[in-house]
Amino acid sequence: MSKKYHVTTTINGDDYEFLCEAQQTLLDVLRDELMLSGTKEGCATGDCGACTVMVDDTMVCSCLVLGVEVEGTKVETIEGMAKGDTLHPLQQKFLELNGLQCGICTPGILIAAKALLERNPDPTETEIRYWLAGNLCRCTGYDKIIRSVQAAAKEMRGA
Amino acid sequence: MATILEKSGFNPDKKLKIVGTSPVKHDGIDKVTGRAKFGADLYLPGMLVGKILRSPHPHARIKSIDISAAEKLPGVKAVVTRADFPEIKAGTPDGDMTRNAMAREKALYDGHPVAAVAATSESIAKAALKLIKVDYEILPHVIDPVEAMKPTAPILHEHVRTKGVKGADQPTNVIERLDLAMGDADAGFKEADVIVEHEYDTKPMHQGYIEPQGCVATCTEDGQIELWCCTQAPWVFRDRLSNILKIEAAKIRVQQSEMGGGFGGKTGFYGEPVAIQLARKAKRPVKIALTRNEVFRATGPVSGTKSRIKMGAKKDGTITAAEAELAFQTGAFTGSMFINAPQAMFTRYNLKNVKTVSYEVVSNRPKVNSFRAPCVPQVVFGVEGVIDELARKIGMDPIDFRLKNAATEGYKTIYGETFGPIGFVETLKAAKACDHYTSPVPPGQGRGVAAGFWFNRGGETTGTLNIAIDGSVTLILGTSDVAGSRISISMMAAEELGIPVDKVRAIMADTHSLGFNRVTAGSRTTFSTGMVIVDSARKAIAELCKRAAGLWGVPDDAVTFEDGYCKPAGANVGTFEPLSIAQIAAKTMATHGAIAGHSEMNVTGAGPGFGLHIVDVEVDQETGRADIKRYTVVEDAGKAIHPLQVEGQYQGGAVQGIGWALNEEYYYGEDGRLQNPSFLDYRMPVASDVPMIGTEIVEVPNPRHPYGLRGVGEVPVVPTMAAIANAIGQCIGVRPSSLPMSPPKLLKLIEEARAQRG
Repeated sequence: MSKKYHVTTTINGDDYEFLCEAQQTLLDVLRDELMLSGTKEGCATGDCGACTVMVDDTMVCSCLVLGVEVEGTKVETIEGMAKGDTLHPLQQKFLELNGLQCGICTPGILIAAKALLERNPDPTETEIRYWLAGNLCRCTGYDKIIRSVQAAAKEMRGA
Repeated sequence: MATILEKSGFNPDKKLKIVGTSPVKHDGIDKVTGRAKFGADLYLPGMLVGKILRSPHPHARIKSIDISAAEKLPGVKAVVTRADFPEIKAGTPDGDMTRNAMAREKALYDGHPVAAVAATSESIAKAALKLIKVDYEILPHVIDPVEAMKPTAPILHEHVRTKGVKGADQPTNVIERLDLAMGDADAGFKEADVIVEHEYDTKPMHQGYIEPQGCVATCTEDGQIELWCCTQAPWVFRDRLSNILKIEAAKIRVQQSEMGGGFGGKTGFYGEPVAIQLARKAKRPVKIALTRNEVFRATGPVSGTKSRIKMGAKKDGTITAAEAELAFQTGAFTGSMFINAPQAMFTRYNLKNVKTVSYEVVSNRPKVNSFRAPCVPQVVFGVEGVIDELARKIGMDPIDFRLKNAATEGYKTIYGETFGPIGFVETLKAAKACDHYTSPVPPGQGRGVAAGFWFNRGGETTGTLNIAIDGSVTLILGTSDVAGSRISISMMAAEELGIPVDKVRAIMADTHSLGFNRVTAGSRTTFSTGMVIVDSARKAIAELCKRAAGLWGVPDDAVTFEDGYCKPAGANVGTFEPLSIAQIAAKTMATHGAIAGHSEMNVTGAGPGFGLHIVDVEVDQETGRADIKRYTVVEDAGKAIHPLQVEGQYQGGAVQGIGWALNEEYYYGEDGRLQNPSFLDYRMPVASDVPMIGTEIVEVPNPRHPYGLRGVGEVPVVPTMAAIANAIGQCIGVRPSSLPMSPPKLLKLIEEARAQRG
């Protein structure tokens, strides 16, 4: 059996400790060791964005980060996006405007969209499209995803 | 069991409160919070990781497999090979299915499973795969279907003789020849003033669902199998698994997970039988989650085609005849459903003289699987190009030309159906009047249109509606929810019962809970399961009335149901306060127990669907890159139960078609290995590639459904590639005849057109 490493980190504000093998990715750890299965694997090569999470406020594909690399960091996943009973405005708008069909790409897209709106509260359609170009969706044709992000941005700006 | 829906009960004048609105889908909240459980999201105590060893050769005889070293590796709990699968005769449907799940005599494509292991960790499973020694005798291979049709081609299956050809006695890769015709095409062409004939070529593409197939299999000590998996066909999976693994159907329980996209690609199984055999051997739960590389190399691409299409028309615009010769690449095993193509390719036009010949061909590529309107978009790509050219040669507007030839109610199709009320004319008229078509084509761009048709389907469907003691309602549905059918069907139940849709919750059943349900495909789900649930609701309403009659001490037929309440049917029944569903449900202990409705049907009466797409394209004359500037889908939904979801189907189908049209293609090396099994090299559309997709929902009700609906899942992809090709043709002066219309290909066409102009 491969040697395991001890890692201490914060996930969605909670302290976590886990053991992982050197080659295990953050995605593998989140899903298979910690059973935070909201983060999805679509490709494991950084091409689809389904596994998007935040590590120390940087948006990453968790399939391209090793588990051991998150030692001492702050990780945010889809499981931490709603605060108690209150959905994030992005989550709410995706529901209202049908920004999701099958839902497999949705966690990654929501994390990515949140990161966008934190940097740019009033993005143009083109800016949203380019920001989300790393997140594949095969169901929606993107139309309602873009509209959901626009509507959430508007609400968050209080416009 | 008799159904209450002897006739559909369609009432165009019924005032609808819920159907036609767009409430938030009940399964949505779990999907935006990460709680929804997809195929790979189940974790069981003691669960092992299953991994599959795949052939690196496109065609090789498997001489021997040595698993002894792998079995000895600590942490390995089971290894399976062909020896662990029952022998089933090659060339039968079950024989093909078991051989596709686990290679037997030969490996037939790069990625074909040859062995599998279950181990306590992924790293151990991967290490064990490396210890398995497979002795291959490498055979010559063939990738291209036209090459595969030649008499000198390497033969995949020695037992194949071409079906549909008299006296075929030699082994061949041509599985079947299918002749389908109506009228007299030769005579029709003699009447034509203009004839257009071209050859076309489309490439296999992948359904591209973002969720790779994932499953967990368990086996109890007494041999009961439980299979959790993402599937469009739980009952079909169960019955086929029962056949190939020789386990009684009642001992296999398939529970569908949430499905992260299917589009037809999850109608057949891959890792599931392997996981079951590993779980039986290891006596522990086994999860097999495919990687994207495995998904590309070994799961369902869509058939590529070669076609020759010829049509003739009179000067007044009447089409007089159509002819087609079609070859479908089906991968290593038969199953392309290519019969759909000759049946659907011209169907939407009022043709009397049609002649088609179609072939299905095996080659050393993964077995194809369904994809929205299987085998139809590929040939419509050519048909709608020919139609467009005829219109231009005659000097007619392309939509007017289609209107002139549009099929209407009473038209007898080539496959024998006589159309009931259909909405093709209405769709074309709506397209012609819409803002996109009436706006001028921007300078430097080309505009294309194309039309599409799909049968829509019915079939065996079951469902149950249970009324809880507080009057809320649960639905047990047999079909899978591929994009929102639970809410649409819940809406129909709420409409029938006169209760808010929030009082209804639907689940996707496991195979022990209901009788057989046909595969969730062909745009049949909201139509068929909706029908079954409306029938169940009406049965439950009849029972509610009976209970109210009992409580009031009046005859059963003295009670009527209206807007969620049982009421006296007339003044002479007596004076009783109307009883709500909740009030009656609260008294079920005192009456006759729980109130429910249940229905099994072989649903018929699917209403054909028609669409027209309009697209504006700009082509960079220096690079050959096509840019979609504006896109509009116009389509008849019959009735949009949940309009936001119908729009989503239209938009999603169109963007899948944009990928197929412009980028998506498999690259095989000389060695017969797939060169681009990743999302980096297999380029699906991303958000920045496409514009907003306009939609126009036409509603010509299907009178054979209680709410008038047709299906909306297939048609949106049918005309896409044709419409884009027609637009590119307007833009660069040559209409492309080969997919994908990638920059190098378009650049070549631009240069040829330049050279011709001198």
